[in-house]
Amino acid sequence: MLTIRAFDTEAGDRFADGEIPGFVHLYIGEEAVGVGTCAALEDDDYIASTHRGHGHCIAKGLDPKYMMAELYGRAEGYCNGKGGSMHIADVDAGMLGANGIVGAGPPMATGAALSIDYQDRDQVAVGFLGDGAVAQGQVHEAINLAATWDLPAIFVVENNHYGEGTPVEKQHNVDNLSDTAQAHDIPGLTVDGMDITAVAEAVGEARARARAGDGPTLVEAETYRYRGHYEGDEEPYRDDDEIERWQDRDAIDSFKRRLIDRGELTAEEFDDLEREVEAEIEAAVEFAQNADPPAPHEAYDDMFAETPPEIERFATAARTTTDGGERIEESRSSSEPRSDGGRSGGERR
Amino acid sequence: MTAQAERELETETETMTVREAVRQALREELERDEDVYLMGEDVGLFGGVLEVTSGLYDEFGAERVRDTPISEAGFMGAATGAAATGTRPVVELMFSDFAGVSMEQIMNQMAKMRYMFGGKAEMPVTVRTTEGGGMGAASQHSGTIHTWIAHFPGLKAVAPGTAASAKGLTKAAIRSNDPVFVFENKMIYEQEGAVPTDEEFTIPLGEAAVEREGEDVTVVATQRLVGESLQTAESLAETGVEAEVIDPRSLYPLDTETIVESVRKTGRLIVADESPLSYGTHAEIIARVQEEAFFSLDAPIQRVGTPDTHMPFSTPLEQEVLPDGDDVREAIERVT
Ligand SMILES: Cc1ncc(C[n+]2csc(CCOP(=O)(O)OP(=O)(O)O)c2C)c(N)n1
Ligand SMILES: [Mg+2]
Repeated sequence: MLTIRAFDTEAGDRFADGEIPGFVHLYIGEEAVGVGTCAALEDDDYIASTHRGHGHCIAKGLDPKYMMAELYGRAEGYCNGKGGSMHIADVDAGMLGANGIVGAGPPMATGAALSIDYQDRDQVAVGFLGDGAVAQGQVHEAINLAATWDLPAIFVVENNHYGEGTPVEKQHNVDNLSDTAQAHDIPGLTVDGMDITAVAEAVGEARARARAGDGPTLVEAETYRYRGHYEGDEEPYRDDDEIERWQDRDAIDSFKRRLIDRGELTAEEFDDLEREVEAEIEAAVEFAQNADPPAPHEAYDDMFAETPPEIERFATAARTTTDGGERIEESRSSSEPRSDGGRSGGERR
Repeated sequence: MTAQAERELETETETMTVREAVRQALREELERDEDVYLMGEDVGLFGGVLEVTSGLYDEFGAERVRDTPISEAGFMGAATGAAATGTRPVVELMFSDFAGVSMEQIMNQMAKMRYMFGGKAEMPVTVRTTEGGGMGAASQHSGTIHTWIAHFPGLKAVAPGTAASAKGLTKAAIRSNDPVFVFENKMIYEQEGAVPTDEEFTIPLGEAAVEREGEDVTVVATQRLVGESLQTAESLAETGVEAEVIDPRSLYPLDTETIVESVRKTGRLIVADESPLSYGTHAEIIARVQEEAFFSLDAPIQRVGTPDTHMPFSTPLEQEVLPDGDDVREAIERVT
């Protein structure tokens, strides 16, 4: 939880500094949901994430260094700079991607659960989704499919009470989003998403149920994002009091207090931990800042397993440009397809 | 210059951005016809993620500027059903990539209803959506998909390149009894231009605009590439090459005549559009020109567009694949 908070605090600051392009959606305040969920999973289980995915990545064990490099659009980032904040993925680590399409994660989790079931593997797949995403048709189709086929999937709804600027009650007619589980005749429960152990217990039971062949469970975790929907959001839809009320129940603070009360942690140990994490994230930023951006021709990699000639000619042209300007001049007078790294499709006369 | 363009110039104008021009069109049409209403994700209090509808919620209220749940298939279908039953919804699809979520309602319902029902359904629905790379928004928020819509029978598609056409096309779309998609390139929202203030100003669907006259080469450019092509044309004029720049404005129906007439004059054609190069908007324009003006061509026709990739996140990669004014210049230099 500390790593996530430090990572996202830094990501927000670096975005404000203009070092990180695009959109960033921060997970600050919601840490207990991702960490509680992943704590109940085995290392080789799968998760499918959302646009607010940094926390899920860290909870699943991804390295903040390569995550930060991805946010910076560096070649060494998890997606070689192609994805950015909204698409960080590491399929080998069981992380099926943050996702720019709201509600697209659950079908992916159902698909992973299908592979698991088909090959009789001892794993489960978790699909994370926001409260807003519960309004998407494909979410319900995915849950129904998993339920009908008794697939080992778990759907974790992160109810942070807003979809962008629209409060949850203006998007849904049910009181609890977990009520939607009834439509598919699967267990649905609502837990306190500010309590890491409550989340871990619920997901642990769901995992046992999934592994027993009894199909999916829907877990709704009530939580709150402290920052705007994305960085730069002016937040006309809520007031500071509301934010403070949730911050009073902060998941990190309460877990820390509980551990100290139980004698499992001292205040000094916590401070050390915090310092350690901050140093790790600082190093991640430094790594990202100093890492190389991808070369332009890499834009043409990875469209397919086998690159077709339509794309290859652009890659070749871009490589030529990177090699130096002289060859471009030469090719200008030739009748070969253009090789100046540009984006037009014609033939030179 | 077309007669239409001349008429536009004669009216009184005000300088505003593309964003303000779209907003003004929406405001005027909301005022003019109470059957018109807006709906989409966070178009209300939030003012739209790209701030196009900002302020309209305060002016017209929650009934007429409606926030929807995140349910593109649901509200696209609802707009179709509503349009068939007497109201005139104007839908905002936040990013055109999300058409993926709502495509069934678009292609099998909205596009086909009038025809399948033997003409017994009106379909006065407008879908405004954003396109284009350049913001580091990565592959799922940067698409240029207008070819799909323009290709699909039963749908009309417009794509403004200037503030004036943003206003005129949006108003024409809302007044049309056909489904019209308005494709707004998100990189030109801040671009300024002179916009007619007359509330009756509209741009009929299917009329191109000659934005710059020239004798040597015709550049048909859309959206962001209109402005970039105009700049390129100005700088090329210093080298003695005069480019004629045409903004088709409407992709379907397409004003073939204006384009063909220009090619007859110049003998050379460049088509610049941000959509992917293969099987696309470029190909359609080129096909029409060769059908009608093949023997007027003095040089191979050139395409400027996105190579067949998605929009990458990292800035140098995005710049690599995004077509721009320099690409238009190189294309012109290849044939002049
Ligand atoms: C299909 C689709 N529609 C709309 C969006 C734009 N969008 C991005 S995040 C978001 C809100 C999502 O709300 P929720 O599911 O509650 O997740 P949260 O942001 O609160 O974590 C919206 C509407 C999108 N990315 N994809
Ligand atoms: Mg939410």
